Amino acid sequence: MSHWIIAPVLIPCLAGLLLLLEVRERHRLRRFTGLLSCAALLAVSVVLVNQAWDGAYTVYKLGNWEAPFGIVLVLDRFSALMVLLTAVLAFPALVYASCGDDRKGANFHGLFQFQLMGINGAFLTGDLFNLFVFFEVLLIASYGLALHGRGPARVKAGLHYVVLNLVGSGLFLIALGLIYGTTGTLNMADVAVKAQSLPVGDTTLFSVALLLLWVVFGLKAALFPLYFWLPATYANATPAVAALFAIMTKVGIYAMVRVMALIVAPIPPIGQQALWWLGLITLGLACLGALGAKRLGTAVAYLVVMSVGTLIAAFSAGYGAALAPALYYLVHSTLICGALFLLAGLVARGRGEVGDRLVAGPAILGGGRLSLLFFVGAIAVIGLPPLSGFIGKVGLLRTVPEPIYWLLLLVAGLCGVIALSRAGSTLFWRTTGESAGLRPSRRRLFAVLWLLALSPAMALWGEAGLQWAEAVADQLRQPHGYVQAVLGGGAQ
Amino acid sequence: MELLVAIIIGVLVTSGVYLCLRARTFPVVMGLTLLSYGVNVFLFSMGGLKMDEVAVVGMSENPTDPLPQALVLTAIVIGFAMTAFLVVLALRSQGEHYTDHVDGRDDVPGRQDEGGEA
Repeated sequence: MSHWIIAPVLIPCLAGLLLLLEVRERHRLRRFTGLLSCAALLAVSVVLVNQAWDGAYTVYKLGNWEAPFGIVLVLDRFSALMVLLTAVLAFPALVYASCGDDRKGANFHGLFQFQLMGINGAFLTGDLFNLFVFFEVLLIASYGLALHGRGPARVKAGLHYVVLNLVGSGLFLIALGLIYGTTGTLNMADVAVKAQSLPVGDTTLFSVALLLLWVVFGLKAALFPLYFWLPATYANATPAVAALFAIMTKVGIYAMVRVMALIVAPIPPIGQQALWWLGLITLGLACLGALGAKRLGTAVAYLVVMSVGTLIAAFSAGYGAALAPALYYLVHSTLICGALFLLAGLVARGRGEVGDRLVAGPAILGGGRLSLLFFVGAIAVIGLPPLSGFIGKVGLLRTVPEPIYWLLLLVAGLCGVIALSRAGSTLFWRTTGESAGLRPSRRRLFAVLWLLALSPAMALWGEAGLQWAEAVADQLRQPHGYVQAVLGGGAQ
Repeated sequence: MELLVAIIIGVLVTSGVYLCLRARTFPVVMGLTLLSYGVNVFLFSMGGLKMDEVAVVGMSENPTDPLPQALVLTAIVIGFAMTAFLVVLALRSQGEHYTDHVDGRDDVPGRQDEGGEA
């Protein structure tokens, strides 16, 4: 049995523990440990994608207990892709943070590693209760990270974030209790099997459990009416943290898609209609939010919400063909939103006291380069040709032939253009004099470039990218293979 | 027995939700604690309620389900840690804003929305 699959959980865990031990003042050593762990994660996730790509499932039994009784980790194309995406995002975020932001509070690097551990674990686990545990790991690390750097606005946004997520955890447990009560198992594959032959009296309870799961995952993914915490939290967090958080909403979407594909697909749909409408409403409201944003960070946060609405509507529309472009769009939006958060941080540094507020302010030192990067990022995130957002959106429009979806997606593009061109012209052109801000350092620019460059790359190799996405979607459409891999051939 | 447990869970969750909706951090913390108690009892009862039976297979004729007990133990530990964190955060919020309002604003009417743009 290959042991690589556990590495994305173990590497950040060990690094995080080491970082807790290290002497507080030795920043170089801490940065080195953190970056080494991220680089190792990158390498391991490439190995995992390679391993998963031929379509085989890797099932890792923790403690060697047989499947429905012990906890399993499952690697398929979808989870491998998400682990790779996390590693690709985390490395530049940590490079950016290592330029000085990590010294604004204690234990940044340790929390960062535990956050990665939670995210990777949530992607790899094949057990619902274990998913809850990894959610809590990533949440408690994210509480610390969201508050990193102090400030009243951060504490206020953080308090709301923590309370909401604690209520969410309570609901998650109720849902898990109901699932255990009705099916007698929490192993995802086993639940999928048992859900098809529930006693008549239990189907309602099971539906309630799944609806509660949608609420919980919707909270993590920032779906209307549960997204109000996101703009405040993300816009107030340190740029590197906000960039890493770009993957956090996708954890909610991942869990939703996984449960949808595995457990809900073989039985009559539960709450899919509601998710479709909620996704559309999220998309519409995020447009208004982006237009009304008073800070660049807030605008980018609403762009994250916009991508969430786009994706959840696409996933729950009930068109199997929409799965592949939605996955492509998911990867694209995560990377670009991460890049824009880092860029917003650079802009805020360059403008001194004005920060990233969208008012006329001092000229930005090194503004030429930044404005160019902003231009590329804006085109990519809005979905204008020739970058990757365009390919993703065209794919979605082609595969979800619903007039209202077309309308909202196109309006969202328009709102994005207006919001970002307004933001860009205010930040870079309406200048009032010399800046007291800081010139962007090379390493910070490298971090932004790393993420931004992936958009043209995804567009250049768009054909291959869509084929990969199609391969992932293909596997998701066949939950039978997953079940068989986990429970063994005799289960069904 | 089932009815009693159901009523207990109902009362705990109701009070928890009510307190969570208050505007001060202390009632919110209490509310979340009550909510998590309710959830824990609920989770515990999901394996079926049996009187005077051990949770070890083979020790009695009709053993009670051990898994919810393991689940609830995990949930209690996590909930406890989260509550501790929330208490620290609430204290810090009070230190930063000089008020225990969850939005960090003062009680004086007309002096709202000073927390800065979200």
